[in-house]
Amino acid sequence: MPKENAIETRSSRKVYGAGSEAVVALDDVSIAIRKGEFFTLLGPSGCGKTTLLRLIAGFETPTSGHILLNGQDITDVPPNRRPVNTVFQSYALFPHLSVRENVGFGLQMKGRPASEIGTKVERALSMVQLGAMADRKPAQLSGGQQQRVALARALAPSPEVLLLDEPLSALDLKLRKEMQSELKRLQHELGITFIFVTHDQEEALTMSDRIGVMSSGRLLQIGSPREIYNHPVNRFVADFIGETNFIPADVHDGTATIAGDIAMQVAPDSPQGRHTIAVRPEHVRILNDPAAAPMRATVTDTTYFGTDSHVRMLLQGGTEIVARYQSEAAGGDAPTTGTDVGVSFAPGSVQVLQD
Amino acid sequence: MARREFSASRIPGFPTVAILVFVALYMPILMLVIYSFNAGDSIAIWEGFSFKWYPVAWNNEQVREVTFRSLTVATMASVIATTVATMAALGTTRRRRTGGQTFIYLMINQPLMVPEIVTAVALLIFFASIKVATGYQGLGYLIAAHSAFCIPFAYLPIRARLEGMDRTLEVAASDLYATPWQAFRHVTLPLLMPGIAAGLMLAFVTSLDDVVITLFVKSAGQDTLPTYMLAQIRRSVSAEVNAISTLLLLLTVILLTAFFLLTRKRD
Amino acid sequence: MSAREEAETRRDARNTWLLSAPALVILTLAAAGPLLIMLVYSFLTPGDYGNVVWKFSTDAWVGTILSKDIFDGTYSLADAHLTIFWRSVKLSLITTLFTFIVGFPTAWFIATRTARTRTALLFLITIPFWTNLLIRTFAINQIIRNEGILNTFLIYLGVIDTPLVIIYSDFAVFLGMTYVYLPLMVLPLFAAIDRFDMKLLEAAYDLYATRLQVLRKVVFPIVRPGIVAGSILVFIPSLGAYVTPRILGGGRNMMIGNFIELQFGQGRNWPLGAALSVLLLLIVAAALVVYIRATSRETSNG
Repeated sequence: MPKENAIETRSSRKVYGAGSEAVVALDDVSIAIRKGEFFTLLGPSGCGKTTLLRLIAGFETPTSGHILLNGQDITDVPPNRRPVNTVFQSYALFPHLSVRENVGFGLQMKGRPASEIGTKVERALSMVQLGAMADRKPAQLSGGQQQRVALARALAPSPEVLLLDEPLSALDLKLRKEMQSELKRLQHELGITFIFVTHDQEEALTMSDRIGVMSSGRLLQIGSPREIYNHPVNRFVADFIGETNFIPADVHDGTATIAGDIAMQVAPDSPQGRHTIAVRPEHVRILNDPAAAPMRATVTDTTYFGTDSHVRMLLQGGTEIVARYQSEAAGGDAPTTGTDVGVSFAPGSVQVLQD
Repeated sequence: MARREFSASRIPGFPTVAILVFVALYMPILMLVIYSFNAGDSIAIWEGFSFKWYPVAWNNEQVREVTFRSLTVATMASVIATTVATMAALGTTRRRRTGGQTFIYLMINQPLMVPEIVTAVALLIFFASIKVATGYQGLGYLIAAHSAFCIPFAYLPIRARLEGMDRTLEVAASDLYATPWQAFRHVTLPLLMPGIAAGLMLAFVTSLDDVVITLFVKSAGQDTLPTYMLAQIRRSVSAEVNAISTLLLLLTVILLTAFFLLTRKRD
Repeated sequence: MSAREEAETRRDARNTWLLSAPALVILTLAAAGPLLIMLVYSFLTPGDYGNVVWKFSTDAWVGTILSKDIFDGTYSLADAHLTIFWRSVKLSLITTLFTFIVGFPTAWFIATRTARTRTALLFLITIPFWTNLLIRTFAINQIIRNEGILNTFLIYLGVIDTPLVIIYSDFAVFLGMTYVYLPLMVLPLFAAIDRFDMKLLEAAYDLYATRLQVLRKVVFPIVRPGIVAGSILVFIPSLGAYVTPRILGGGRNMMIGNFIELQFGQGRNWPLGAALSVLLLLIVAAALVVYIRATSRETSNG
């Protein structure tokens, strides 16, 4: 293995409380995050992603298991001796200190000489374009500016790993988009490992090198955004990321059969037997001539979204599915309620789920 | 005539009572202040404006002595009370709740629940034995007693401040390489300062105002300003007491205003 | 829980005790501990020149309500003691009631002002609360004494020609206690009314309630914790009052507090003083239990 892991967790488990009131926040999570990658922990609130981040930062100790940094066991190292910094969801800027003092805090605590602190703080502030605000107090800044100070403060001590706990959730949409590309740029320039926690699947897909999807304290799937989107391992991942149609099917030897008699090709290594297949709405094609398509459906509802329309249909066999209909590309308006249409799935788009 | 708008929360007569209450609360104090500037020595017959009672009070050797003693006791007691109350507040807030905490909380608030006269009697009995046993008659007893009953007054604002503090700030400090001591020194303590100052002020005012416990605990010749005034009021009343009262009132109002500004929520 | 987490919990508990220790030591030595010694003293025999003789006796406790006839050794109710108890309880109750009657409209008035006015009015209520009790009682003394401001003024106006004798009476003590303890009633009442949702009044008026019905059926039940808190906060210090009855009640109109002091001065009966103090403490404890019951029932209902 040529590429070293920046962070590794081994069978990490975290239980809060004891006895009958015990809550398992993190259940046996093993994960390896490579040096220099932008890794995102994605999942709904309460899935354990923030707990995992806090274990890596050292704010909490695992009930069992180990945390490794560059191959070294740091499970028992307190947070102030880990070369890992955090951008907090609430920013946690020190209200009694100026922007400059906030950003210099880590270096000051490390006992660095004043001259070094001065230059590094200047550099960190100019990196986030806040050089002019250095002498203000956090309360005098806007939400977006506070966010940048929090980022500069975490980056100023040059950590090996930067942890970001839903840092963009308090920003409005436009600012969030701006910060997304800015974070991506910074990560690229600095080459630091970023571990980013979010519940926003779109944010995860656009920013990450790899994503770890979590639910109920477990790690469900790790992969590139493309892998996660196109080949979700189970129903939860498929449902949480993007929109998906679920159809019950019988799978045998690379063929899935739905509605009794409609067969379609799936990956030969797909699990056998009674399963659910997943098809993304953009892979559902609508043909005006029912006879020319492998499947037939009746349109129950059409919702207009501008660039496309969502067409809800009742598929033969009784399953409801949604298609994303792009009017421009299809050269006409979406079919209206009550119309009988033909339906086909794009080749290779049908994914058999494990459960 | 202007039309009165209907308001469900307006109850006839209530504003009148309220205004009378405010007048009644301030009238006596105001009269006391006014008569401290009386040229005559009556506290009821106005004989013209004069500052004369202030120099009279100041030149009274005894007044100077008891004032100095009051300030000494109040300063010592409030500093001691605030120090131990700050530690106790740090020990009892923002932690897993244990049975011990309830006990500590009860102990700290005990002086607020027990009538002053009862504490005074208990201290008289206890300190009398110690005075006999050790022969020590100094100010230590007063300072100890004042420190004890000032603790809850110092504790409450400090605790309130601590509970309102964002725990993440200390976590952030530890993330940024601060040792637990550095995190306390550079983050917790500066943020706690307004609470500590407020506690110090309340403790100081409380100690300065005490009559009952002081009366029972003090050794002979250890009058404080309030016990001296009590004795004066019993004997003859001269406007000198008004002058002293006015100065004491002024000090209290200044300290309270500072307290109010310190604990005011920032919007 | 892992061993590490257990160690953390233990360290937390140890820090709680270590950090609280200095405060606890001071409170034990100069507040709570002496109360226990006082309890012991209430079972001893008085010394001839004050203090005690270390000989067990229940005389002090018997003496709180009974007096022994010095000739035939029979016991009868100690009328003088009972008069003092009764005066204390009566004056405290009347004071509590009256502070409520004038305190409620005041608290209501403050709570229904705009935010700015409210802050200012609250500050005005708080200042007397923190101002020296002695000075405030003295201020009342100056107004109502025979040659005081009130009488001088009334005689000047010609309304009366001999001074009204108000001072050194139960009424004077009541007046003084109402004056000094009023803020203790207004502040908790304000806190309760401030949380009260004024929309409920509109709902009640909408459902044909009269003003009196609104107060009795809607407002009072909901702000009850504030009423109970204010009453306790006024009742307890009134019962143990010392300064106010001393300055305004004179030598004859004693309350329990002054009677206790007497035992350590001219009375030279420390055990009786200790027993009376313990008794006062028990009454206060009972009042606190009532208070805690009343407020906890309130929260369990809401």
